[in-house]
Amino acid sequence: MSDLPLIQADHAVPAPTPATPTRGGRGRRLRLLSRTDRVVITLMVLVPLLLVVALVWFPALATVALSGTDWDGIGPLSEIDWVGGRNYSDVVNIYPPFVPAMQNNLLWLAALFVVATPFGMFLAVLLDKEIRGSRFYQTALYLPVVLSLALIGFVWQLIYSRDQGLLNAVLGSQTDWYGDPNVNIWAVLVAAGWRHVGYIMLLYLAGLKGVDPSLREAASVDGASETSTFFRVIFPVLRPINIIVLVVTVIESLRAFDLVWVINKGRNGLELISALVTQNVVGEASRIGFGSALATIMLAVSLVFITVYLAVVMRENRR
Amino acid sequence: MSRPRTEAEYLSRLVPSSVAGIGRRSLLTGVGAGALLGTGLLAGCGSDSGSGSDSKEVSVGSNQSDPKPKDVIAKVMDGFKTSSGITASINTVDHNTYQENINNYLQGKPDDVFMWFAGYRMRFFAGKGLAGDISDLWGKLSGYSDAFKKASTGDDGKQYFVPSSYYPWAMFYRKSVWKQHGYQVPTTLDQLTALSAQMKRDGLTPIAFADKDGWPAMGTFDILNLRINGYQFHIDLMAGKEAWTSDKVKKVFDTWAGLLPLHQPDSLGRTWQEAAQSLQQKKSGMYLLGLFVAQQFGNDEQDDIDFFTFPEIDPAIGAKALDAPIDGYMLARKPKSEANAKKLLEYVGSKEAADITVKNDPTTLVANSGADTSGYTALQKKAAELVGSATEIAQFLDRDTRPDFASTVIIPALQQFIKNPRDIDGLVNSIENQKKSIFTS
Repeated sequence: MSDLPLIQADHAVPAPTPATPTRGGRGRRLRLLSRTDRVVITLMVLVPLLLVVALVWFPALATVALSGTDWDGIGPLSEIDWVGGRNYSDVVNIYPPFVPAMQNNLLWLAALFVVATPFGMFLAVLLDKEIRGSRFYQTALYLPVVLSLALIGFVWQLIYSRDQGLLNAVLGSQTDWYGDPNVNIWAVLVAAGWRHVGYIMLLYLAGLKGVDPSLREAASVDGASETSTFFRVIFPVLRPINIIVLVVTVIESLRAFDLVWVINKGRNGLELISALVTQNVVGEASRIGFGSALATIMLAVSLVFITVYLAVVMRENRR
Repeated sequence: MSRPRTEAEYLSRLVPSSVAGIGRRSLLTGVGAGALLGTGLLAGCGSDSGSGSDSKEVSVGSNQSDPKPKDVIAKVMDGFKTSSGITASINTVDHNTYQENINNYLQGKPDDVFMWFAGYRMRFFAGKGLAGDISDLWGKLSGYSDAFKKASTGDDGKQYFVPSSYYPWAMFYRKSVWKQHGYQVPTTLDQLTALSAQMKRDGLTPIAFADKDGWPAMGTFDILNLRINGYQFHIDLMAGKEAWTSDKVKKVFDTWAGLLPLHQPDSLGRTWQEAAQSLQQKKSGMYLLGLFVAQQFGNDEQDDIDFFTFPEIDPAIGAKALDAPIDGYMLARKPKSEANAKKLLEYVGSKEAADITVKNDPTTLVANSGADTSGYTALQKKAAELVGSATEIAQFLDRDTRPDFASTVIIPALQQFIKNPRDIDGLVNSIENQKKSIFTS
């Protein structure tokens, strides 16, 4: 689009002066906008709206609708049979991987939230001290984020392989890191955490660099220790970044998928809801109805977190 | 009058006699002969000028993405072009991706001819109307045993598949290792157990085993089921007609539980390649896998590989059935040019195409018995004999049943069994509940 309408908009909307009475209310204000403005505004609202409806709302609602059917992905939509809640009762009652998947997703969230995220923040604080070689550490810690999770899965496979892996060779042990269902989720969490730490570190470091140095000076003049400066001054100031970090952590753990998929397609101790959805929907299996039921459950779980987040943010804004 | 020998000669006869200065009579005969030979000459034109009109092309969807088989397919298609003058364009897709996208691929705009497997997966697409009927073509094919024809037939009794190659599953071992320890090929389950115990004493892992990817354990389940309950039960069980909670299935798992301590431990973290390498490195004594196990051996070691069919368990059943998955070609439901596609299918089912495969690929067996198999390695010859002597040929668990059942129920269930071989009742109940839900939908 050319920038012509923008220029016109500048001319068309004079800064509303306090002297202008608001008579006519809404209609009056609309007339202040030129025709081009209205077209531009309509387009700016419509285009994203259509995109959101087509790419987010339609697929989400279609998933919910399909979860009540037994469609196998073949044939016209008119041949779909409605089976009601059978897929859901199957998921809960007779699908063995479901319960481990829920547990693993929650474990994933807990591990990232309790260990990886605080550790990433800690590293960011250390790097913020301008220690020698901080550029190098920064790059080294951030490197895993640049790699795709699929590649990370492969790299760690070389380390974890039971017969040919580095870890067993160094320790002289026989642990089946990826195969033993009691061990592999932890092994994978180490790999996932390794990446997550770098991500959080960079986000937090960016926030720390933006803190007004005079705050630290004032705190040290008042005689505050390093620790209390961070927890009582810096941390509260970084509130927006903290919320972003929190949201990123939740999103990362809910969408966790690639790593377990690369390792063993999300089976045998590495079940995750996202992997189960893929196993059922994508590929030859084509249990679209059943997979959609799993996806809907995942959507419901995500909605819990989204609702909590939105409630917190809205309460903030009202204050 | 003589036939025109070349295209140029034929065209020259079309020149008006007033210009060419030849008699009216010879012109007429020339044109007549030209008309009679019209089709053959046009085909000749096509092969000369490369991509001519639409009718000289046919497309093939191939899942043979590994370098060696890919090269073989290209050679076969070259052979087709030479023999028919039709250019076949090959559309190769990574093997796993091809398999995972097959539903969408067949419902969209598939290639005229596509590669697929015999068995339930073939009958499934035929039943859904996603494949073309080629029963008429089977009248022209020769060199196929009844077993292959049966494996190419859909539920409606029509043929939908042209077999090209296959490979058997068997117990592989290294001749040098067995010679060194003086092992004998076991023919009963007791002998196998005794042999395994001896291997343990000799410091070997008796049976190499890997199930990280979920499918290799299906081979073990299949062969035990075939030995204990026979071929027909296998087919009925896979078709959902038999109950997984029956004593017959429990006996399979019981027998397997007894054999598990003889298998390589921690199999759920190991790929089949790693297990095959333990055989290659002489750390394991034997390995139940397909003929493709040879890929993990060096060229100088190929002669050292040998195999035996899984020993007999029940004398009433015998040891004559085995898994030997067949790969081949199918016709799309609406090919752009059905005539060309059928010509191609006829060619890939011919002796000529099989000869090209034998010459170029030592890791597979050709389905056409008319092919010249003198180029087979010793291992290939023995494998062909084994399959030839088999009374029944199964396709492999995930090719003999619904793909959704195999991948979302059986794989996790077999892995669960390997983790905890004691709870067989709970396992078969879980499988049966899921089976009922899937097979009724």
